[in-house]
Formats: sequence, C-alpha cells, structure tokens
Amino acid sequence: MTMFEPASVPIAGIPAPVLSFIILVTAVCFFAYVMYRRIDLLRKALPDPRFYELGKRALLAVKYGFGQWRQPRYLGAGILHILLFAGFMILSLRSLTLIGRGFSPEFHLPLLTGAVGFGYDVLKDYVVLMVLIVCVVCIVRRAVFKPARYDHPGGGGHGSEAYIILGLVSALMVTDMIFDGSALKLNGAEGHAGLLPAATLASAFMPESGSPSLPYLHVGGYWVHILVFFGLLNYLPVSKHFHVITAIPNVFFANLDKGTIKPVRHGVKDWMELEECGIGRFEQFTWKHVLDFYSCADCGRCSDNCPAATVGRALSPRMISIKARDYAYTHHPVLWSPPNNGDVQFTGDVITEDEIWACTTCGACEEECPILIQYIDKIVDMRRYLVDQGAVPQSLQKPLQQIKKKGNAYGGNKAKRAAWTKDLEGIEVRQLAEGDAADYLFFVDSCGSFDPRIQEITKALARILHRGSVDFGILGNDETDSGNEIRRLGEEGLFEQVAEKNIEAFRARKFREIVAFDPHAFNAIRNDYPEKFPIVHASQLIAKLLRSGKLHLSGEHVKNRLVTYHDPCYLGRHNGIYEDPRFVLNQIPGIQMREMSRSYSRSFCCSGGGLLLWYENEQEKERMGEVRVRMAAEIGAQVIVTACPFCLINLEDAVKTTGNEGKMEVIDLVELIDRSLT
Amino acid sequence: MDIIVCMKWVPDTSEADLVIDKEGKDIKKDDLDHDMNDWDRFAIEEAVQLKEKLGGKVTVVGVAPEDAEEMLRECLARGADEAFLLWDDAFEGSDGFAVARILVSFIKARPWDLVLTGTLADDDCGGQMGGMLGAMLGVPSATLVSAISVEDGKITFNRELEGGLYEHMEMDLPAVLSVATGLNEPRFVSIRAVRKVASVEIPTLGLGELGLDESLVGVQGSRVQIEQLTMPPEGEGAEMIGGKPEEAAAKLAEILKEKGGIG
Repeated sequence: MTMFEPASVPIAGIPAPVLSFIILVTAVCFFAYVMYRRIDLLRKALPDPRFYELGKRALLAVKYGFGQWRQPRYLGAGILHILLFAGFMILSLRSLTLIGRGFSPEFHLPLLTGAVGFGYDVLKDYVVLMVLIVCVVCIVRRAVFKPARYDHPGGGGHGSEAYIILGLVSALMVTDMIFDGSALKLNGAEGHAGLLPAATLASAFMPESGSPSLPYLHVGGYWVHILVFFGLLNYLPVSKHFHVITAIPNVFFANLDKGTIKPVRHGVKDWMELEECGIGRFEQFTWKHVLDFYSCADCGRCSDNCPAATVGRALSPRMISIKARDYAYTHHPVLWSPPNNGDVQFTGDVITEDEIWACTTCGACEEECPILIQYIDKIVDMRRYLVDQGAVPQSLQKPLQQIKKKGNAYGGNKAKRAAWTKDLEGIEVRQLAEGDAADYLFFVDSCGSFDPRIQEITKALARILHRGSVDFGILGNDETDSGNEIRRLGEEGLFEQVAEKNIEAFRARKFREIVAFDPHAFNAIRNDYPEKFPIVHASQLIAKLLRSGKLHLSGEHVKNRLVTYHDPCYLGRHNGIYEDPRFVLNQIPGIQMREMSRSYSRSFCCSGGGLLLWYENEQEKERMGEVRVRMAAEIGAQVIVTACPFCLINLEDAVKTTGNEGKMEVIDLVELIDRSLT
Repeated sequence: MDIIVCMKWVPDTSEADLVIDKEGKDIKKDDLDHDMNDWDRFAIEEAVQLKEKLGGKVTVVGVAPEDAEEMLRECLARGADEAFLLWDDAFEGSDGFAVARILVSFIKARPWDLVLTGTLADDDCGGQMGGMLGAMLGVPSATLVSAISVEDGKITFNRELEGGLYEHMEMDLPAVLSVATGLNEPRFVSIRAVRKVASVEIPTLGLGELGLDESLVGVQGSRVQIEQLTMPPEGEGAEMIGGKPEEAAAKLAEILKEKGGIG
C-alpha cells in the first residue's frame, strides 16, 4: 500500500471513486445495451428447442468450453489459445479487484485476502507475464509467419481485428505490470521481487525509489488499465471476438443429434403449409444459427479442412458465418436504424448459389470447429429454399426426377432392382415378400442395384453373408432409394416419400437388423428416418463374423502391397465408425497398413455420394478424389481400401486421372474381404 | 400475353427393354413409365418466363389419356395458370395430323397470342406439330427456336441451324413457335410445388366439347398408317482404343470427325 493509491488521488479535481463510478456505469450501460441488441436479434430468430438434456450439455460446456478439447487439433495455435484462455480465467478475478481499487485502496475480493490473496497475486503475476508473451507470439505469428488459414482469398475478412484485440490484451498486461512494478518501488518491497516476475520486470525500467515520477506511473498505469479493460469489454460484442462471451453458451447449446438434418421448421406441424420453406431471408435462421454466427472467431479451421474450399469451389464455411454476421450487424445495428435492404436477397446474393451447392455435407468443418458451430443444417436449409424456388442445378434435376418417378437416380427400371441376384453363382438371394422373416435385411440401395461397378460390392456382400451362414434377404422391387442425399440437397418432400416407402417395406417384414454397405443409406436409415430400425454397416457385420470365427481370410490379394484405409464421411465423421473397418482389415494375414496424413475424423471427402455423383461444379480446379489419391501416393500406398461405394467410384476415377492406373488399386472393404475368403 | 403450350406425354424408353406388340405396328407401352416430353419442358419454362416478364396467362394442353394429368399438374407447379386434357376414346390411334386438328379446335376456342411447343417429341420424333398447327391456324411458325423476346406485337428469336449458325427472325403475333432444347434452364419442381397445385381442377375435353366429329380424329382422321415396326439390326461390337492417352484421344477425335460426331 502506497500513499498514492488510485482511489485516493483525484483526477482533474474529480474524486477517484466518483470517476470510477462514472466509468463503470457508462461502460456497463453501453455494454448492456449492445448485449441487449444482440440478444434481441436472437429472440427475433426462429425457434429451436435446445433446452433438453441439460446434463449432457453441461458436459459439453466443460469438455469443449472450459476444457478446450478441440484446440490441440492445431497444436501450436491450440496451445497458445489454451494459455490465453487460462490467463483470461485467472485474470478475471484480478480485473474485478482492480475495478474495486478505484473505489477503495483496501478493496479485496472475498477470500482473496491474507495468504490466499498473496498467493493469488503471485500466480496472477506469472500469468500476466505469460499472457503478454503469448500475445507477442500471436502477433509475430500472424504478422511474420502468416498462416494460410488466416487469409480471406475472396475478401470480406476481419483479420485486422485480431491485432486490435491482441494489442488491447497486451496493453492490459503492460499497464498491470506498470501498476504493480511502480508499487514495488514505491513500497520499497523489492524483497518480493522473485515472486512477482512481471512487476519486477516492469520496475527494472523505472526510476529509483523516491523519484517523483513513480506515483504518476502508478496512478496513470491504473487508469489506463481500467480504460483499456472497459474498452476491451465493449469491443467484444462488436467484433469477431464476441466468442469470448458466446463460445461457452454456444457449446452448451450445441447439436446433440449427429448425422441428421434439422426439421424444416421447428414447432410447425405441417411444413408443407408454410408460406416459404428453408432459409431465403436472414430472419429465417434459428436463434442457434445466429448464436453460431456471433461465435465464429474466424480461426479458419473449418475452411482449412473443407474439401470444397481445397479444390477451389466457391465455398468457405467460415465465410458463411462471417458474411451472415456482417449482415446481421448491419441490418440489426446497435445504434441508429438499419439501411434499406433494396433488392438484396440473403440466399442468392449474400450467400451465393454456387457456395450453397458446393458443399458435399462431409462434415469436416463441423468436426474441426473448436466451439461446435454447425454448417450442414444451414446449407441444407438454404438449399430447401432454393429447391422451393425451383433453383436447382440442372445436373441434379434429372437424377432427382428419376427418383421421384422410378425410386432411383439411375433411371433404372423399378422391376429390375434385384436383377443382380441372377449373376450370383450357386447363391440364392431371397427376396423377402411381405410377412417374410430373415435375420438380416440387406438394404442394397439404388447404387448397389443399378450401378454396374457398385453391383460388384453388392454381390461380394451377398457371397460373404452366404459364406458366413447368415440368414438374409432383400426387399427387391419393394426397395426405394434411401434418400440420404435427397434430404441433404433440400428436397424434403421427396425424402419424406422415399423414407415412408422404405419404412412401410421394413414394417411388413421381420428381421433382427438391417445391413447396408453404403454409409449414406446406413446414415439415412439410422439417423434420418422418423421410425427407427436397428441397422449395422457391412464392416460391423463382417467384424462380427470374423470375431465369431465364421469367416477365414488369406493375405494373398494384398500380399507385398502397402494398404491404406480411406474413412468415408458418412461412416466415420457422421457415425463414429472408425475402428470396425480397421479391425476387419487387420484380420487379413500379413497385411501392411499405413494411415494417410488425413485419416479418422480428419478424412478428406472424395466429393460426395448419392446424387452428388451427378453434380457438376464449374469452379473446381481439380477433383477432390484426385487430392485424396495424391495423399495416398504420398505415403506410398498401393491399395486404397474404402467402405463406401461412392468413395470407390470417385477414387477409382481419380487414380486414372492422376496417372496412377496400374500402380494403385482402389477396392471396397467388402470386395477385399470377398476376395480374401478362404 | 396469352400463351398456349402443347405438351406431349411420352413413354420413357431409356432403360426399358422394348418389345414390339402383336400387330407389329407399335411397341408395348403398358409396362413403360411415361413422362413429359423433354422438349416440351423447355416450352413450358419459356412460356412461364415470358409471362413473368410480360404478364398474361399460360394455358397448357395435352392430347393424352388420364394418366397424363400428372404432367399437366407438374406444368401448373412450374407456373402455368390452367391446364386441359384433351381425350376421348375416339382419339386413340391419331397421327400427328389428327392430333394437330384436335389441338387446333381447342386453341381456336379461346384468345391467344402465342403457341409454344417442343420441336420434336422423344418418342416418334415426327417434328411436325408446330408446322401443322401454324398452317391450320393460318399463322406463321418456326422450329428450333431460342432467344425469344417480344416487343410491340412482334416476336423476335433465333433459329438454330447446322454448324452452330443462328438465324435471327422476327414475326407478327399470333404465331406458333417450336422451341429448341437448352433455350432456358427449366426450373425444378419439388414435391411441395406439386402439392400446392393439387387442388387445381384439370378438365378433360372430348369430342363434344371440342366440336369435333369422330371421322376427323383417331385412325379415321389420320393420314399416316404405320405398316410395320421392327427393331434395328444389331450393330457391330464396340471398338476399344488402346495406347497412350494422347494417341487414344487423337484416334478418338479422328473417328468422331469421320463419322460426323463433331464438325
């Protein structure tokens, strides 16, 4: 305690407590008003019931919020963020204490007195120094090393805000150090120097004890600190650093239903009766969508992992958040009235059709976002709007119409859905009529029924099931397209029709489980269908058959070749099935496996399944499959095994177009096991 | 501007095993799915786009049995204002001439400025409807039309010719235009869009309503009689082109040039 404590020194004749009061009230009022405007927009947004499973949500907040669980996926930046976050948590008590010191020189937070208080002072001093160092490292990292993911190639970024915030935080630390450093000198308390490194460091630059400038440094450091603190607080909700406030709530209210798509409109009985469906205007976003926009820190991890962005398509997931937030702040401003909207259409002008159709719904962005922002739901909602307006890319119209007419995108004759069964030698595949029963219902889907290449997987699985003495049957002509991509392309009405047809067919037969080798069909039936049926992916059933000793494998097919496994998006990321296919592969005697740099939850999409096979993108500079094949070539893989028929098609094409024909084989897990049976 | 669009309901033969019926004069159509003639899809889109620009009314009409209501309803979902099915058992067996006569009796009974239809139909590829309608209605007509615009009672457009040439034309209205494919990007029709027009009534008009005599339609009123329908003889097997990609591509380009695939 010095004679020159801020609370005892009037500034320009105004007693310090009065000045403190004025600053506190002004800053808090302004902050409260900005927050009121932000919350007001959330309240005006559409509903989304997220107030259930609160225990689970609290765990999310602990794990992804306070625990910063996803930060280390980018190790360097992640560690820096964890240190900053920890610093913020610890120093928040210091900030409150300092505000109090403007009113009374003796102010202490409850419990932070005596030895505990001194202990905290020591801790906080180390933390101050650490945060300052982290800020400097962050500034240098951005300014000198310029990580590519902070770039905004199409413009519209807010990268400069990062410098403002890092500057303000640094200023907070430096003023704290000046305040404490000068106190050391004024009190002649250099004895504590070893315990207070930040204060000691600052004091080293200060004049000797007794110098008349020391009180000015002490009191001046204090007031600058207070002004910077409230400046920072008020800067948060108007910048990309709003996440400091919204990230924990955003994580708490995160999506709990993986692998599925939100209903067209929450709280509406018959969405078909809506005036407009999907998102065409900003006002059609839900409050959680808007909270996502508020929370995006523009870290660029989503776009860095987005396959569409990688190959040059118009999409960059974070720009959806940033553009939507800019739109929200402009059209729902803190002060004054919003500008005239003119003819600007949110969906179409702010977010363009090219961006909206570029997404494969692979989920890499959502898997990466440290604060669990969702993108697929928003994109699908915008597609729903475009579908409702009739604005669907020409390349996707024909397959969609084919499904409507014939139940499959291939235009195949409905009556020939089970024609592949005739090619199987010595195996009779049962077509289950209504009322029939089997242990397993093999859901073949359109691709397995009509695409000649994919029929090979269908037949391979039939042979494996036969060999494993599995009692199975198919729906035959009563099967309809699973509808996974129909839903994700925004044609909800058609999705409902196909789902209903399949559900009726399921209900009319008795079975223990459904088995599908296409992860898209697996996902739709498992996560999208309104009525739940037990379903396993082929890799899971094969793993089970191997575990029970019903299948025996030889290593001949992959002998002396390096094998890598490509995780399909709808098996891995959307359904968490990473280990079963690897277990199956490892049962092949002598198999040599190596993982690609991007595997498991960071797998790189092959360019999409189902109807996306028909989609033609004009912006992309190369095919996603080609990028993926190069990743396999990098590790010297000679065999790429996948567990999705569309990955197979895309990667097989890419092997040819990258000049790897003859050097690299792409094979489905089911086919590989079929060929390895002994 | 009031536009009438003539739509054809055609069997989808793309993935079907075609079988010739007992009389040997037609294919068996019972097991085939039917769909809107693809060329007509562009005609209805063009009509709706013109209406959105100029106002007026779009009427769609098809000479087909009841099943074709699905096609007409889809046209309503695409933006047509009203739809009529022209059918009577007596219409069975009508050739292009008889169908044109049926359509003309419908068209003449109402106000109109423009008739649009596809240049060809996917099934018999007669390509005669536009011309016949023009002649019977006594108005100018053109085929393979694109880039349509309307100003001061005149309509201007391009005709696609061989070798990538366009012929720019102007006509007085009323007129009959048969459109080319690709002149616009037809909108998508969702399940919900069809649901929205589910309650619109699509009247069926027969001989009486159209003021036609039995002798003018069906086989009697037709001028073309099919003698026999046969499957084309099976061609030679496919040729596999080997070699390096550059060589294979050069060889392929040569074959395409030779056989008239590219100009």
